[in-house]
Amino acid sequence: MRPYLLKGHERPLTQVKYNREGDLLVSCAKNLQPCLWSAEDGRRIGTYEGHNGAIWTCDITWDSDRLITGSADQTVRIWDLPTGKELFQIRHREPCRAVKLSAGERFLAATSDAFIESPPAIHIYKFAENIEDQTATAAIEWTVPKGRVTRVFWTDCNRKLITSHDGGILRRWDVETGAMLQEQQVHEDAIQDMQMSPDESHVITASLDKTARLVDVDTFEVLKTYKTGRFVQSAAMSPLFDHVLLGGGQDASQVTTTAAQAGGFEARFFHKIFQEEFGRVRGHFGPINTVAFHPSGKSFTTGGEDGYVRLHHMDMDYFTTKFF
Amino acid sequence: MGIKSDDDDVKDEDVQTQSGFGSCIVIQNLPKAPEEKYEKLMGVVRTIATKLGDVRENGIYMPLDDATKTTKGFAFVEMARKEDADAALSDERFVNGYQLDKNHKLTLCRFDDFDKYAKVPDEYASPEPVAYKQPENLHSWLADKLGRDQYVMRHGDNTVVCYNDGKRSRAEVAYQREYWTESFVQWSPQGTMLATMHRQGMAVWGGPNFTRINRFSHQNVRLIDFSPNEKYILSYTSHEPVNARDSFHVLINVFDVRSGKLLRKFEGPVDEYAVGSSAGPNGALKWPVFKWAGGRDDLYFARLGRGKISIFECPSMALLGKESLKVDGVQDFEWSPVEAVLAAYSAEQGNQPARISLIKIPERTEMRQKNMLNVSDVKLYWHPQGTYLAVKVEAWTKTKKSTVTNFQIFCVKDKDVPLEVFELKNNKERVLNFAWEPKGHRFAVVHGDGPRPNISFFSMRDDKGRLGVRELKMLESRACNVISWSPQGRIIVLAGLKNFNGQLEFFNVDEMETMATAEHFMATDVEWDPTGRYVATVVSHVQQMENGVKMWSFGGRELYSAQRDKLYQFSWRPRMPSLLPPEKEAEIVKNLKQYTKRYDEEDEQLLQQADADVLQERQRALDEWKAYCESRRNYAALQLDFKRELYGPRFAEKEYTIQKVMVEQVVDQKEEPYSTK
Repeated sequence: MRPYLLKGHERPLTQVKYNREGDLLVSCAKNLQPCLWSAEDGRRIGTYEGHNGAIWTCDITWDSDRLITGSADQTVRIWDLPTGKELFQIRHREPCRAVKLSAGERFLAATSDAFIESPPAIHIYKFAENIEDQTATAAIEWTVPKGRVTRVFWTDCNRKLITSHDGGILRRWDVETGAMLQEQQVHEDAIQDMQMSPDESHVITASLDKTARLVDVDTFEVLKTYKTGRFVQSAAMSPLFDHVLLGGGQDASQVTTTAAQAGGFEARFFHKIFQEEFGRVRGHFGPINTVAFHPSGKSFTTGGEDGYVRLHHMDMDYFTTKFF
Repeated sequence: MGIKSDDDDVKDEDVQTQSGFGSCIVIQNLPKAPEEKYEKLMGVVRTIATKLGDVRENGIYMPLDDATKTTKGFAFVEMARKEDADAALSDERFVNGYQLDKNHKLTLCRFDDFDKYAKVPDEYASPEPVAYKQPENLHSWLADKLGRDQYVMRHGDNTVVCYNDGKRSRAEVAYQREYWTESFVQWSPQGTMLATMHRQGMAVWGGPNFTRINRFSHQNVRLIDFSPNEKYILSYTSHEPVNARDSFHVLINVFDVRSGKLLRKFEGPVDEYAVGSSAGPNGALKWPVFKWAGGRDDLYFARLGRGKISIFECPSMALLGKESLKVDGVQDFEWSPVEAVLAAYSAEQGNQPARISLIKIPERTEMRQKNMLNVSDVKLYWHPQGTYLAVKVEAWTKTKKSTVTNFQIFCVKDKDVPLEVFELKNNKERVLNFAWEPKGHRFAVVHGDGPRPNISFFSMRDDKGRLGVRELKMLESRACNVISWSPQGRIIVLAGLKNFNGQLEFFNVDEMETMATAEHFMATDVEWDPTGRYVATVVSHVQQMENGVKMWSFGGRELYSAQRDKLYQFSWRPRMPSLLPPEKEAEIVKNLKQYTKRYDEEDEQLLQQADADVLQERQRALDEWKAYCESRRNYAALQLDFKRELYGPRFAEKEYTIQKVMVEQVVDQKEEPYSTK
């Protein structure tokens, strides 16, 4: 497959996200402007200007009309997605690492990191249909025991939230009261990324303990483990086949790289059920920080420490070959 | 440490002292002194007793005979504690008697012994015969139906022994155990046993279930070495000196492997042992210090001394001929791998030139020798089958500013041991490595001054078998720092490890062509299996990431790879040399087709069986996953319905059309006066 090389950021990528319909791709990086691309051919449509710090995360509404970004500049901003106009700003006291809209998009969950005296926290805001009604006060917010929150998801018909943390812990919270319902040590080291399965019954977690795991949402039982020899920064599940995609790698400053290894950082494909690796895609010049599958499962995107976004459309082989 | 040690169940025999006199010892064979000399003798006894340990206040009682008014010739000494009495009885100086003077050799014994021996029954009762326990077959792994070899890996806290299933491209675990060893593991040279290291000593394990065969006591043992035929095992520790100015003290124990008995100790300051090539940096010792002679029996082992080589014979462990072999200025020596012949190199000494001698043991006859002048350094390379000895000599040029390298090759198996001398085309080039082809007559030299060295191949014989060094081919500028011949010869792996990032080249020396090039990123080691069918490349914990093993066929085709985090050690299990006589081997090679046909059929059957196993496992995983999805189906449906409710008409999203919309956006508006001139 010939990947499209999207050069939109000079700094490492933090998250890439497709919209629900699969025609748009948003990339967030440590530079100040998230980019909007066409998922079909990689044309850049525009950038969102306004943030003053690295963008850690984003979320897109059902109709792709609004974009929400969380940033290290301690704000969560709501943008008009097609035009790039900033619509609203929510100020925190700490950087925001993860944002997620509830099903139905009446609420927005946003996290904040720990600051000098305050522990990490989760805030739930009302997400207004009409932007004039949007407020910056949280409907409910609560603090989290020490351990930076890296990702957040709504589950069980918006009654609960699950969060992933540094230290390899997953936690479940009751949305109405903010009470912690369950805490489980699933990994031995920080969980860098978590993505939800298409049917929302399980998540895949990517961790610095060099594994990725499939975890059930209700019980936090570990269903599958995918082992690699390198840090795993991000993982995604294919909506089409029983495949999972892992991205990661060790920072180049710690490994002597020779000319032969340029472009040697690989995205790895594992069989979801047999837990065996069956393919690798090379190309990045640095560790891969984020991976995402297209909603159709026919293409995928990876973003790396090298500042490049690589958009891959699968060849016919991928659909016809019996890997196992 | 919280980890159950195997030695926990061994307790020292507790001598139960019923009488309460456990701390009392008796000194016998004292001189019988008259009353006048009583005080003086008491003083002597007191000195001796305090040397042994703490004596209780007024604990010495030396009875006087009333009739003769002389001491009875013995004294009772009460030590402070039972432990002192034990220590006294095992004190080295007194164990075999203490020579007080010409006529009196003092002996010690426990007070309770008298009682114990008096209790010995007069009737002899024969001991109970121990039931015969069938020992396990230590060679069971050689009888593997699929003819697979084993290797051991240490990763994390785990030690695992695997079968290398090259045909099915995977490894099969034979045995594994956590915390099996406290530092490293080591195979015995014929592969029969695996040795593990512990605080109290070492243990050897073997058989199909790796049960413990024996253990050897040596506190804080650091390094071990087996004799080539596995009869003996040596262990080494070095002790810090009491006085900071003294040198380290080394202790080497020699045990019999089968019985576990300690046969001999070697002790002394490290300076005595770290001589010539046995000396490492900073005066440390290079292990192994004792080198074993080749051959099918463990007959001799030797070490370097100052100006001599001390050779010991087995099983007596005594110095051969009661005298070391005098070799003035000896710096290095190596035994032939197949017989009791040693090659010794002595450095230039004053008027004496440097020389290499080949000496036959035990006769101590010199088979051949060569003198050399202006020598800077010498390295000895024996051919694995003992056919040749290559000596790499670096000699100073007239100006003493640089060195030239030449090779002196002794053809040991030929009549009169002829000597072949040869140099590389550019004799000033640095020679980085030299390796003989096993079971063959060729050798490879790695040389060059640049970052990528050249590799040249030579043969000792021409097509008709006549002796003479001929160059075969030179490979220029290879990214290679390690060369590794197959144990069967004919194929060599040129590897660029560490700095060269794991480039591999599989080269066929018969055809003089590269069979395959491959890569194992960050590889740190290359290891051939003992049969020469497979090559393992390893990324060990020297590298932080991507620790693991890759298995290749001898032709350079990758078979499988296994990732093991924190991989500390990888080691193939050696095989004992073939028991077939050479005629039988030649016959098999001639009729190879017949034999292969028979074994191919067997292999087919076994492979099919194995495939079935894998498929079964996969099916089980699939079924399990299906069951999980079923169990979550309700929950998933619930979420879907919930969303449908929330989004209403927007939820039906099946068909959509792509519409191109032109959006005009005013980016910038500027008013500029246009001046007309």
